[in-house]
Amino acid sequence: MAALRKFFQSSSPLKPSPAAMTISYVLLGLWTFFVLFPIYWLFVTAFKLPVDVNTGPKYLMYVDFQPSTHAWRELLVESGNLVTRPYRNTVIVGLSSAVLALTLGAMASYALSRFSYRPKPGLIATFILCVVLAIVAINVEVPWQLAVAAALSTFLLIALTIGRRFKGTMSNDDIAFWLISQRMLPPVAVIVPIYILFQQFGLLNTYYALIITYTAVNLPLAIWFMRDYFKSIPIELEESAFIDGASRYQVLYKVVLPLSAPGLVATFLIVLIFAWNEYTLGLFLSGADTQTLPVLVVAQNATRGPQWWNISVLVLLMIAPVFLLAIVLERYIARGILIGAVKG
Amino acid sequence: MEERPSLSNEPARYVLLLPAVLVVMFLSIFPLLLSIFTSLSNIKFVKGGFEVNYVGLRNYEKLLQGSQQRRFLGRFDDPGTFGWIVLAVFAAFMAYWLFRYVTGPRRRVFGLIMRVLTVIISGGLLWLLVRTSSGRGLPGTLVVTLIFVFSGVAAQYALGLLLALLVTQDLPGKRFFRVVFLLPMMLTPVGIGFLFRMLSDTLIGPIAPVWKAVGLYNFSWVNNPATARLAIVIGDTWQWTPFVFIILLAALEGLPTETVEAALVDGANRWQMFRYIILPQIIPVSTTVILVRMIEAFKIIDMPQAMTRGGPGTATESVTLHAYNLWRALDLGTSSALAYCLLFVVTFVALVFVNFIRQRLLEMI
Repeated sequence: MAALRKFFQSSSPLKPSPAAMTISYVLLGLWTFFVLFPIYWLFVTAFKLPVDVNTGPKYLMYVDFQPSTHAWRELLVESGNLVTRPYRNTVIVGLSSAVLALTLGAMASYALSRFSYRPKPGLIATFILCVVLAIVAINVEVPWQLAVAAALSTFLLIALTIGRRFKGTMSNDDIAFWLISQRMLPPVAVIVPIYILFQQFGLLNTYYALIITYTAVNLPLAIWFMRDYFKSIPIELEESAFIDGASRYQVLYKVVLPLSAPGLVATFLIVLIFAWNEYTLGLFLSGADTQTLPVLVVAQNATRGPQWWNISVLVLLMIAPVFLLAIVLERYIARGILIGAVKG
Repeated sequence: MEERPSLSNEPARYVLLLPAVLVVMFLSIFPLLLSIFTSLSNIKFVKGGFEVNYVGLRNYEKLLQGSQQRRFLGRFDDPGTFGWIVLAVFAAFMAYWLFRYVTGPRRRVFGLIMRVLTVIISGGLLWLLVRTSSGRGLPGTLVVTLIFVFSGVAAQYALGLLLALLVTQDLPGKRFFRVVFLLPMMLTPVGIGFLFRMLSDTLIGPIAPVWKAVGLYNFSWVNNPATARLAIVIGDTWQWTPFVFIILLAALEGLPTETVEAALVDGANRWQMFRYIILPQIIPVSTTVILVRMIEAFKIIDMPQAMTRGGPGTATESVTLHAYNLWRALDLGTSSALAYCLLFVVTFVALVFVNFIRQRLLEMI
């Protein structure tokens, strides 16, 4: 009886009871199976011959089929730099755009969580009008430098003179909503305009096009997540740093960012993964030299039908570095950084 | 908002915000303007280039009333008894909501107009849902997308929260689970589409023996509309639960431990602790993650494209896949118009969520 009671009671308040622990492990184990089984299937498929895939389910290596490294050899040895070049491109584009999105995103979300902005709809409408005029002007063969300069000066002229009279303001929440609304249009609708845009700047088939695009599409996500983490940091900490004579940038860099490490790490992983795996934009903006891995994966579903073994190998190669990075970074998503920070 | 009046005019407020805004603006204004124009025109590919003709709202007309109506909105039928009950309950609820607002202390003309619009649009969507899912009705791509979004995001949030709570306990080995649970999100979405096509195959996939054992040998679940949708929601949940999980995990780990310890000292049980200490503190992050997941889920394309190609018929075709298929058929105008119809619905859902649901939840805590 005593043993039974002990099973439902925890030894210390912060530790779950043995019963709770058993239930937790059962649930976690079920989900682990659900998560890992498809990945296990990828793993075995990567070693299967076409005949093993097409003649029904084969589950275990050496038991119901003989593993073969034909797909690995085809992709990594026999085809030269078919895989290595997209791999390098993906690493360069993914890492730079993730670092950029995190840096700019952290700055902007700190600003949005600590200052109040009052943008005026009238000014924004004027700005868009000037952009439209500039685009029209470029289309009737006005040199683009001239058109941009004219539009910009018109906008500044209006903003500095009658701009002050525009009524009605918006708030930080409206800025945030505008940012997140940039992710609402499906890529298929904006891909041709973005293609034309980079064509005009002569940036197609360069890393810049991909990095700028991925940074821009991931920034709203970074800003939204970081904003919530920054809001949860006690303002008293920053105030005491200001009293000690720190500047705004020092406070951000030395107080706020270290305290929001869990959020920073989680956000970094997410924007990295999004850039790493993006397909539609990558397909259009990259050329032969800058092709990224997702494009290569889809190319395996070619005229011969889906090459399951090749797809499996590529997907496994793609997750390996991200997974290792997640293992390294996971320790920073941990409790206790704020303990004792706000006392007295 | 914690504004600091003494510092509010410092240059930092612009230095910190403007870079991000400019980068986003650079890639948004021009594409937005051009794609609005595309949606109002008919683009024909001719020898050596293309020909653009302005056609006004004809592309939208085609989607809402013309040749694409059945594919986009669906085939209608009478709502049936159950459908009428659903609509009546919705109408009664909305009437009560408006009545509360009009008699409440914070009524404003603008607020009332927005609420009436909300009622009209959400009523329209429900009307569409009821009429296309009853009797001989057939849901179009819009309704299919709504089904994917709401069932998928609900499942992902519930599972993500449960898993995040489980691994923030003091369990030996929890770090293993934390890293493993992130795995599905790391696979490239197009790869996951192919992977689930392999897994859901009832002849050569891993579930084939199970299928045979229960006598479903000739029944492929991706050939039945309901089970095909279920397969896609399962795949989507497998892929995106980690996203909710990692965000909520970081939020839970960022909570100050003092309140939790104080509640333990006061003898709170686990449910009370979750309901009164933890939940209120993670509501802001929760609403953000739900909003972001909803916006992303409305654009679902890879999973249905690779798994079912939108079939059987158009039973699993999402709006984005529909737009993509039109685009591939070189009907760029209608494709853009369709994307703008989707943008309208997503903006509406997001605005309702931010202004009514998120606001309400934030006021409750």
